Amino acid sequence: MNEQTAVRRGGDETAAIEQPALLPPVDVVEDDSGITLYADLPGVPKDKLSVQADGETLIIDGEMALEMPKDLEATHVEVNLPRYRRVFSLSKELDPGKLSAELKHGVLKLRIQKAERAKPRRIEVTG
Amino acid sequence: MEFSLFPRDLFADLERLQRQVHRAFEFSPSIRGFARGGFPALNVASTPQSVEIYAFAPGLEPKSIDVQLERGVLSIAGERKPALPGERERATVHVNERFAGRFHRVITLSDDLDPNEVRAAYREGVLHISIKRLESAQPRRINVN
Repeated sequence: MNEQTAVRRGGDETAAIEQPALLPPVDVVEDDSGITLYADLPGVPKDKLSVQADGETLIIDGEMALEMPKDLEATHVEVNLPRYRRVFSLSKELDPGKLSAELKHGVLKLRIQKAERAKPRRIEVTG
Repeated sequence: MEFSLFPRDLFADLERLQRQVHRAFEFSPSIRGFARGGFPALNVASTPQSVEIYAFAPGLEPKSIDVQLERGVLSIAGERKPALPGERERATVHVNERFAGRFHRVITLSDDLDPNEVRAAYREGVLHISIKRLESAQPRRINVN
């Protein structure tokens, strides 16, 4: 059995792979029903964010859209690329079909539910 | 003697090397501390009319950000609440890389700025501060008769 459910939300996949990108910092928390991932993507609007999940990988790709006046000359630079990208391997018990994403103030909150059969069961220890 | 508990890790070596190279190139760090690596990350740019500061500070309430400009010194302060669950909740933290807590960053800007002409906007987690240069400091074309 092979689960190949694809979740695709905007973004051009082939163009995104070639370009250098920053690695956004993330927090990943797991509870009984699934995994929550928070990623810092400051400067990325909703329409420039792409979240893709298939059976094995999760790809987060976002491009910044900053308001910049003309004749701008950088004098101090800490963020040196206008793009973020990060790839995660998903484990089998996660259901990429049950994925929700929310972007607020530059923070992406992703929730991936566990497949029904993978939720924890209490195992009785006898003896 | 074999140190099998502490094997050579190529990635760790690379990271250390990268840090050292980075440090070696920071010839004159600012007296106010780390020039890089703090929260929020800052990019500063200038135009003939203004100085533009971009603070990459995602996940804040816009009203809670404290921005002050005093004699060419800009300070940005605030607090970012942790997204992680408390200890009582049944959850496992697998990765924790995002900044949480109070922050305060100060940068020295040029002294030709007009403190009355400052605009600050928070959009998509980026605080954009635009400060106009003083009228007297702006380049001006001089007519030759």
